[in-house]
Amino acid sequence: MIDLTSYLTLAAILFAISVGGIFLNRKNVVVLLMCIELMLLAANINFVAFSHYLNDSAGQVFVFFILTVAAAEAAIGLAILVVLFRSRHTIDVEDLDDLKG
Amino acid sequence: MSITDFLFFAFAGLTIAAALGVVLSKNPVHAVLFLILTFFASSAIWLMLEAEFLAITLVLVYVGAVMVLFLFVVMMLDINIAKMREGFVNYLPIGALFAVAIVAAMIWVVGPVGPEVMNTDALNQAVTHGPDYSNTRALGEILYTEYVLAFEIAAVILLVAIIAAIALTLRRRPDTKYQTPGKQIKVKRDDRLKIIKMDAEVSDD
Repeated sequence: MIDLTSYLTLAAILFAISVGGIFLNRKNVVVLLMCIELMLLAANINFVAFSHYLNDSAGQVFVFFILTVAAAEAAIGLAILVVLFRSRHTIDVEDLDDLKG
Repeated sequence: MSITDFLFFAFAGLTIAAALGVVLSKNPVHAVLFLILTFFASSAIWLMLEAEFLAITLVLVYVGAVMVLFLFVVMMLDINIAKMREGFVNYLPIGALFAVAIVAAMIWVVGPVGPEVMNTDALNQAVTHGPDYSNTRALGEILYTEYVLAFEIAAVILLVAIIAAIALTLRRRPDTKYQTPGKQIKVKRDDRLKIIKMDAEVSDD
């Protein structure tokens, strides 16, 4: 029987995979951005599942706005990435240490 | 096992396998393609949750726009894949450890074992709607009334994102020759054409 727990478990596994991906691909900024998209997807699955099982459309409206903000974030992130590659010819995170933080 | 159970496990498995492909694949282009597969599979999951509008939006907006943008950028940048993979194996144990710890903690909270936080009747009010029910209409009715301010703010966020992306990546190459239509239109006949009065030349023969 598929219930709320199944969907939440799926979202949890997806979130954990993306956290692991951030650990593994910590040099490649493109893959880091993709892992963030995966995290947002996991959060969105939770929102949609709760919206269905609580019979409340507010969760779906929230997902709508998350999709909007995620699209804006991806556009600006990739634009920054392109500018970065033009000036540095690398997207390795470890080469971006000018601020010595 | 009913057909919906089978569909859920098929698409959930596809989602997880594709997500693993995103994280583990060597080539960033393959990672983007796996991410597209992840979005397709989870949009099928959303269809099973009766969120039809969002499922279509996920495919249209994410696969159609955002992932194509990712694909453009990945193919445009000349990335040294071998150098990017340095340290991948070193980080594999700690990454897998964190992933397993997170998923174990989350399943302990939401799953059948662990504390009884999820097993209340309040969390099982799912209503199965008939074929005449429109998810898009229901979403639109609250989106344009209750959440209209948030909707407009979302529009402004998108506008800011457009302007920021263009402003960041626009560059004028000094050696490129291009036309200025304003100057072309403003030009008068006298700037270009000069009529000279002179005597007619007569040939001898």
